[in-house]
Amino acid sequence: MVAVHSWGRLSNQEHRVTMLGDRSQAGTCVKNTAPGLAYGMGCSYGDACLNPQGTLWLTTNLNRFIAFDGKSGRLRCEAGVLLRDIQQLMVPRGWMLPVSPGTQLITVGGAISNDVHGKNHHVEGSFGDHIIKLSLVRTDGETIHCGPEERSEWFAATVGGVGLTGVITTAELQLRPVAGPWIHTETIPYRQLSEFIELADRSEAQWEYTVAWIDCLAKNKARGLFTRGSHVHEKECANEKPRALTPIRSFNFPVMPPFSMVNRLSLRLFNMGYYHLKKLKSGEKISHYEPFFYPLDKIHNWSRMYGRKGFFQYQSVVPRDSGYDVTRAMLKAISQSHEGSFLAILKTFGNRQSLGMLGFPAPGITLALDFPNHGARTEKLFKRLDAIVREAKGRLYLAKDARMPRAMFETGYPKFHDFMLYRDPGISSSLSRRLMGS
Amino acid sequence: MTSRKRIVIVGATSAIARQCARLWVKDHPSDIILLGRNEEKLAILAADLKVRSPKTRIPCMQADFINPDHIQSVVNQIYQEGPVTMVLIAHGFLPLQKLCQENLNLCREALAINALSPVLFAEAFATHMQKVNKGTLAVIGSVAGDRSRKSNYVYGAAKGMIERYVQGLQHRFSHSQVKVILIKPGPTDTPMTTHLKESGRKMAGVDRVAMDMVRGIAQGKRVIYTPRIWRFIMGGIRHLPYFIFNRMDI
Repeated sequence: MVAVHSWGRLSNQEHRVTMLGDRSQAGTCVKNTAPGLAYGMGCSYGDACLNPQGTLWLTTNLNRFIAFDGKSGRLRCEAGVLLRDIQQLMVPRGWMLPVSPGTQLITVGGAISNDVHGKNHHVEGSFGDHIIKLSLVRTDGETIHCGPEERSEWFAATVGGVGLTGVITTAELQLRPVAGPWIHTETIPYRQLSEFIELADRSEAQWEYTVAWIDCLAKNKARGLFTRGSHVHEKECANEKPRALTPIRSFNFPVMPPFSMVNRLSLRLFNMGYYHLKKLKSGEKISHYEPFFYPLDKIHNWSRMYGRKGFFQYQSVVPRDSGYDVTRAMLKAISQSHEGSFLAILKTFGNRQSLGMLGFPAPGITLALDFPNHGARTEKLFKRLDAIVREAKGRLYLAKDARMPRAMFETGYPKFHDFMLYRDPGISSSLSRRLMGS
Repeated sequence: MTSRKRIVIVGATSAIARQCARLWVKDHPSDIILLGRNEEKLAILAADLKVRSPKTRIPCMQADFINPDHIQSVVNQIYQEGPVTMVLIAHGFLPLQKLCQENLNLCREALAINALSPVLFAEAFATHMQKVNKGTLAVIGSVAGDRSRKSNYVYGAAKGMIERYVQGLQHRFSHSQVKVILIKPGPTDTPMTTHLKESGRKMAGVDRVAMDMVRGIAQGKRVIYTPRIWRFIMGGIRHLPYFIFNRMDI
């Protein structure tokens, strides 16, 4: 038995772990050791990747590329390949993942089963929108090949299906052409939520990437930094200094402090410092894609700064028309609770739904916040936030969630009844037991 | 401009060898000859390397790993097509010590695959390398070979034999251009060691180990401990007096 935690480090319970050696034997291994759950890089924040006292099938050894067509940009690979490996190999060849979440240290299988999104949702949608095909092994020994064109109901269940429909072993992805690794970025400070909305609306037509950091402690005002970016075109790329494509220089957060380093005082100081420092440096510049897409990958294990009790991430999406008022109400509730986070991210989603039955992205405004685990005090705030999100007909992101009540899941994900038909009875996670009863 | 490298990997489908191969093809296209027991697995690895480096040529050869005649003829065949820049002998398997004690067939297999087979391959390559006075021969041993202990001494003994053998080869080639390198990884997180992980053991990542190996081989080190901390740990363990060592539950 091995103690395993997810990104939020809220628990560290024992699991039986089995490494899937190669794709040809994955089916047999899964069948022989079921029930269980696939586990990639363990970057889900909550309990979607955990199965305490049960089996975890480690997928990171399924990390082989299968084929790449340099004309069409189609890449076939095993599900344990990291997004980082794809980017580092393909960007110098003029191709890139069309959708990048905030970290590249996750597996392709994880990206599909959580239908992850990036800063360009309004242009490219989410990760599942770029999958041509995937294979899924079921615990009864069957292998299902599916995609948007082929057995599309299985595909819709698997994209965003948090690993509950089977173990994804291979996938075929459509990459997008890029002129180079450079992104033209602009950072604009804002001091009102309405300003953010206006900036987001104005930028979406011209800029591929938009995202905002928000200082959730600033009283009455929603100050923050709005960042937008677009790929630099070929001609402009030629002027950039050629630079070797090495991994981001990163360091490890070395120790686990006994208590959270994120508290009222440090947070206030950090947010103030961050805002003013970035404000000084605001404006336009050319950035490499790695620090632009994956700023947090610089510090491995950064989640340790929240101490032994771990932390929650609360990410919601609410419809666009009521988005302004709802987000304001949420920020007010947070500010009143004196809880708060470094990594408060605000973003508008484009006008498209995730194609997954349990996919998270939907047209509207998404707010993501980290909270150190203060037990009942934190849960009290979450209850208030839940009420606001539910009333607005919003939903919470399963990849981040560790505690939403079942009723909230059912109203947030109305297609879950359809989804249940495609579940693999030999697969179960803490999350599925909490939200689906098995 | 340097000429194209020709690299042979014996036991190419092992997790560590796979990662080394990826590092070798990363910057320069080369010729990588993959040797293994399972053709299907070799083809899967070759496809992976081909995506990473489309200009690399990757012939695969299925081989019997115990039969001396077969080993000799495979190595001869490789040299017929030209000299080899570098050979990595990477195969091995980690049996449960308890099962080795109960089942002599398993015990023999562990000795054959971990000790006998690498020696036969190395000897076959060494002869050719001597003829052309060129080449680097790297063999994967293990920290377990530094001092045998009750929990895995059959494996440890086999790996210990690799070390003695490599020592001899290094002596033999000390006045030539042929380099012989012994690699001693600590417990590494691969499918081979899943049962160690189960017992809660902390292990080094394959990426790290492969990176150390590729770097060490390029520098022509005599012995590569990876991660490096093992040089010091094993230094300590080797020098423990037996009356302390034998009381330890390791």
